Amino acid sequence: MDLARVDAILEGRGSEPFDVMEVLQDIQEEFRYLPEDAMRQTAEILQVPLIEVFRLANFYKAFSLKPRGRHLITVCTGTACHVQGARKLGDQVLGQLKVGPGETTQDGAFTVETVNCVGACALAPVVIIDGEYYDHMTPKKLRKLISRIRKVDAQEEETRTNA
Amino acid sequence: MPRLGNLDDLAALCDALGSKREQSTRTVTMCAGTACRACGCLPVAEAVEAEIEKQGLCGEVLFRTTGCHGFCEQGPLAIIEPGNIFYAKLKVDDVEELVSQTLKENQVVERLLYTDPVSGEKVRTEDAIPFYASQTRVLLGDNTKLSPENIDEYLSLGGYTALAKTLTSTSPGDVVSTVQASGLRGRGGGGYSTGRKWEQCRQAPGEEHYVICNADEGDPGAYMDRCLLEGNPHAVIEGMAIGAYAIGARQGFVYVRKEYPLAVRHVEGAIEQAHEYGLLGDNILGTDFSFDVKVVHGGGAFVCGESTALMASLEGKVGEPRAKDVHTVEHGYLNQPTCLNNVETWANVPKIITNGAEWFAQKGTQNSKGTKIFALTGQVKNTGLVEVEMGASLREVIFDIGGGPQNGRAIKAVQTGGPSGGCLPESEFDLAVDFDELYEAGSMMGSGGMVVMDDSACMVDVAKYFLTFLQDESCGKCLTCRIGISRMLDIVTDVCEGCGTPEQLDLLEDLAWTVSVGSLCALGKTAANPVLSTLKYFREEYEAHIEQESCPAGVCPALIHYTIDEDTCNNCGLCAQNCPYEAISGDKESGYRINGEICTRCGICVESCNKKAIVKS
Repeated sequence: MDLARVDAILEGRGSEPFDVMEVLQDIQEEFRYLPEDAMRQTAEILQVPLIEVFRLANFYKAFSLKPRGRHLITVCTGTACHVQGARKLGDQVLGQLKVGPGETTQDGAFTVETVNCVGACALAPVVIIDGEYYDHMTPKKLRKLISRIRKVDAQEEETRTNA
Repeated sequence: MPRLGNLDDLAALCDALGSKREQSTRTVTMCAGTACRACGCLPVAEAVEAEIEKQGLCGEVLFRTTGCHGFCEQGPLAIIEPGNIFYAKLKVDDVEELVSQTLKENQVVERLLYTDPVSGEKVRTEDAIPFYASQTRVLLGDNTKLSPENIDEYLSLGGYTALAKTLTSTSPGDVVSTVQASGLRGRGGGGYSTGRKWEQCRQAPGEEHYVICNADEGDPGAYMDRCLLEGNPHAVIEGMAIGAYAIGARQGFVYVRKEYPLAVRHVEGAIEQAHEYGLLGDNILGTDFSFDVKVVHGGGAFVCGESTALMASLEGKVGEPRAKDVHTVEHGYLNQPTCLNNVETWANVPKIITNGAEWFAQKGTQNSKGTKIFALTGQVKNTGLVEVEMGASLREVIFDIGGGPQNGRAIKAVQTGGPSGGCLPESEFDLAVDFDELYEAGSMMGSGGMVVMDDSACMVDVAKYFLTFLQDESCGKCLTCRIGISRMLDIVTDVCEGCGTPEQLDLLEDLAWTVSVGSLCALGKTAANPVLSTLKYFREEYEAHIEQESCPAGVCPALIHYTIDEDTCNNCGLCAQNCPYEAISGDKESGYRINGEICTRCGICVESCNKKAIVKS
């Protein structure tokens, strides 16, 4: 792990009490999870007990202690999405990728998460893949989307190998 | 941008921008809120801009993208002035015609107009659409008039003049009195008098006073605050500045959910632009008043919507609430007097200052004044954001604005108030929507989520859904909340699986009481509402699960199973292809069968079957 990237995030932080949260969010953004060494570094530089840093990392949903896959599939399970069939979307993902919420596929391609509401309730059910919102989702549309991402990934991989 | 040195500078700038606005004869306004973006509005907006240029209308036609208009389901949508022409569900391919016909020739393109799902007729103007016509859009109306990314647009509508008026001619005490006289109550769910809160905070001694905007809108099924912050961030900032002046604060925070990236971007941009004009920072408009706002990103914990938990989170701690007998208006952020209001509450403040307390108090009911924005979602024809006067009935909102049920089904219930609220049956739809009436009926207004459910929803499953949510979001500090919700969930799960007993329902009511009296914060105190309200109004559904081991709505997986009707099936194999669990086997010759042991009753096969050959029983 590149600690210089963590140091860059920590630069100039520490004057406000909420800086520790903001730093952890930036680390999460940079590495897509909170590596142990990054948390240690944060604790040391901001002079916050390591156990407090770990407690924050555990408490807030924004943080992941395990590396995330290359693609992040977030199924919204808000009330509007729930009554419009979000459960089926969870089933589709679980069936197709064989991983449930909070898990990553063995090949490191997909991490699946659920979110309690993304505030796009009028378009329910909603799925977010790599930051892109997909409205009025159906299991069929989701299946095709996942297959397409897999296909694009495979093509890119092939181009890389050939090059 | 020149720094505005005094009130006259601001007035002159507002006038100049206002008359420039009036000069533009033709305007195309497109919604670019999160929902419309999800529907692909950005490529359409780019195409409109390009087409305006291509057809030589630059300079004649003003084009703007705005925050959410509320009618999310019809996106991407555009309003064309003059004429108030409303085009819905636009595609890139429609753009050429829109520009050449409507902008150049003043012709309405019939096929792009909105079709009212109730009457089946095309509606020409935005005003005439039933969804909008029955609303009172005091706050949301501004969303359609300005680009949130350009402070000049807010100023052209007289933005920040309420702040200027406050700073130059009103004492802090008078500001508080005005807000108190308006009858404004907190829009976050608690419904506490905003004026009284400000007064208490103003009177509290402390080295520093703080104001906070709670934009940690975590209620599933509610997104009013997101749209206000995305669509009109300056109204919120101006409201906060007025509040800060009133209570004597120099620092404010907007605590916003990380799940709302566009809102974060817009509010951060707005703060930067306000700084450039000197509407935030030191000596605002040449007065002694200095005020700054910082945006803090929430870590994604529902409980942080609670004021003491939010302040703990701001202090860099885990978001656990504390006992509220020590009030945050006296000992809040960093133990200093802190005034926390939610986004919608802050956004109402400039309106009250501009139009007066009486104007605000004229709207609404005796104890709930003004308008309220609701997120109308679920199984109803028109979904989106709805702003009505307090006191409108649930029926008006669901049927007149929402257009009633989808697909000819019957509406069974509406869930209001998110996980702290409850489910009300159709027989209660004449209730007025205000803070007190809904509370008495066993639900609450909450922050304004309104999820409509038709007869395809199982109310026991809904109760289970909320308990699962609350169990997940309970911070774990109070035993009754941590363990009590889990035990309630165990019981409701038993009921959903057909192994509940009648005695368990009594136990459930006992537990609900214990959890509500034994928990510190609103999450625990109201956790039982979804269960108690469904038990009160839909007890027969619980009893059907227990006594007949059946789920009347056919939702609970343990109580249903699927079979393929051989006579109807044409052996196409689509169901087998679509089943994510590979629970359907067979081939085109011998037909297909569902393996009950692998099948999770997700129902995906039913949707994939064109012949309706898969039967649920």
